[in-house]
Amino acid sequence: MVSGSILAGIALLAIIGPWISPNEYLAADFENILRSPTLAAGHIFGTDQLGRDLFVRTMMGVQVTFVVAIVASVVSLVIGVLYGATAGFVGGRVDAVMMRLVDTLYAMPFIFFVILLLVVFERNFLLIFVAIGAINWLDMARIVRGQTLSLREREFVQAAQLIGVSTPKIILRHIAPNLIGVVIVYVTLTIPQAILIESFLSFLGLGVQEPQTSLGKLVNDGTRQMEGAAWMLLVPATLLATILLSFNFLGDGMRDLLDARQSR
Amino acid sequence: MLRYTLRRLLGAIPTLFLVVVLAFLLVHAAPGGPFDDERALPDEIEANIAAAYHLDEPLPMQFVRYLKGVVQGDFGPSYSYRDYTVGELIGRSFPISLRLGILAMLLATAVGVSLGIVAALRKNSPVDTLVMGFAMTGISIPVFVIAPVLVLLFAVKLQWLPASWTGGEGGSRLLLPVLSLALPQVAYVARLTRASMIEVLASDFIRTARAQGLGTAAIVRYHALKPAMLPVLSYMGPAVAAVLTGSVVVEEIFGIPGLGQLFVRGSLNRDYTLVLGIVIFYAALIVMLNLAVDLLYAAIDPRIRRR
Repeated sequence: MVSGSILAGIALLAIIGPWISPNEYLAADFENILRSPTLAAGHIFGTDQLGRDLFVRTMMGVQVTFVVAIVASVVSLVIGVLYGATAGFVGGRVDAVMMRLVDTLYAMPFIFFVILLLVVFERNFLLIFVAIGAINWLDMARIVRGQTLSLREREFVQAAQLIGVSTPKIILRHIAPNLIGVVIVYVTLTIPQAILIESFLSFLGLGVQEPQTSLGKLVNDGTRQMEGAAWMLLVPATLLATILLSFNFLGDGMRDLLDARQSR
Repeated sequence: MLRYTLRRLLGAIPTLFLVVVLAFLLVHAAPGGPFDDERALPDEIEANIAAAYHLDEPLPMQFVRYLKGVVQGDFGPSYSYRDYTVGELIGRSFPISLRLGILAMLLATAVGVSLGIVAALRKNSPVDTLVMGFAMTGISIPVFVIAPVLVLLFAVKLQWLPASWTGGEGGSRLLLPVLSLALPQVAYVARLTRASMIEVLASDFIRTARAQGLGTAAIVRYHALKPAMLPVLSYMGPAVAAVLTGSVVVEEIFGIPGLGQLFVRGSLNRDYTLVLGIVIFYAALIVMLNLAVDLLYAAIDPRIRRR
């Protein structure tokens, strides 16, 4: 619960923060270059080597990070649920082949493929979302398949089959809605993974490009400036760690809750 | 056991093949060629370059040529490091990364297992809470945050250790990179060890041992440790993958001339053959290590083989 409120607080601050701050996102304050955190000019987190306000930049970074995380999770959710539900519902040989493919993909180090993808094609925002989502759907597919196997035997599914509802429609209208509980828990666990991958790529200079920013990119900028301006590293680093920690706690808590319900 | 080994070995081949196909297609789907330049070269020269690198052949033929090379350990020439083959570049930088990775894994296993056992023996005590709090934090903080913060603390502020590879000698320059790589894995291993140790300690044969008057130390060492290590062993595959990924960042931060740094430089320079070669090398390494862990697991726990 605490971690949920922390996340909500950070998200709220990220949305209204840049709006209420006296400083603009791209504006350079030449009087205050590499200024340590101060209340004087409204630079509560200090400024960077170009005199840009770190508070506003960090908040914009949080926005990007959240957007990437949510979109990537939705991508992995859609692929994972459809794939897993189809494999589980159709069953038999189709299921065996589909799950064999998941096993094969599981052994591949996808992060290197994402880097390859970003090297080969233009680095654009959309590609990062899709790439991260494309990595994360495997776990989801496995869990959804397991759930579908038990749902398939339930009366309402058999009733639907009996009155001649088509297979795709049963999967979408009858199976998918019943998976929501499990799926929500695993989304909470994939969000921090997506954030981690995005900031990892941005840190290497392969993710978000200037003038946009993200927490990973801010940590990278901070690393370059840390000898004279430690705050440039510590502010985004602390925020990133807090966000990841909160999501992990939230996911763990929700999983325990779900397990308790299942074991009852 | 032999049948199981053979089956698993054969199972790894499609994965490796898929890796090569995917990586190769991805690189060749790129718009433009590796030698397209601002300056327009005469057509004859462009044709010559294309012929020299076999870029004028149809794609399937190029693939067969490449696959043949890869099977024999030849990844072709590098596009941006002239006069070097990709194989030479990998061969030169991999030993450095390997040493880093092995040290980090050893540290992570030793410290993680010890912390996990201590926490499991004092379940729900302040010690346990402390260790698990540390573990949760360690899991949540990415390597690229830990490493700069360690540098800031130990190299910039306290000036105990060198901040980069070139700034120190021997062990001192290895300490911070290894520590940054190992910390998240220490956290994972500690959590796993604690969970499985608690489960094992609650089982009947431990109660019997205790009833026979054995001390806690002897119970842990002779009876509980081996079964409790099974989940940790199966985590070793993912751990190696995580350490490899982490070393990409760590080498970049500390300026270590290893495989990770070569990979990042290659990516930023768009050295297609180099990046392709390293991706395949990493993938093969991870698939092989996963296989080795699985086989080891089956050797220790015969229940696995019968499935």
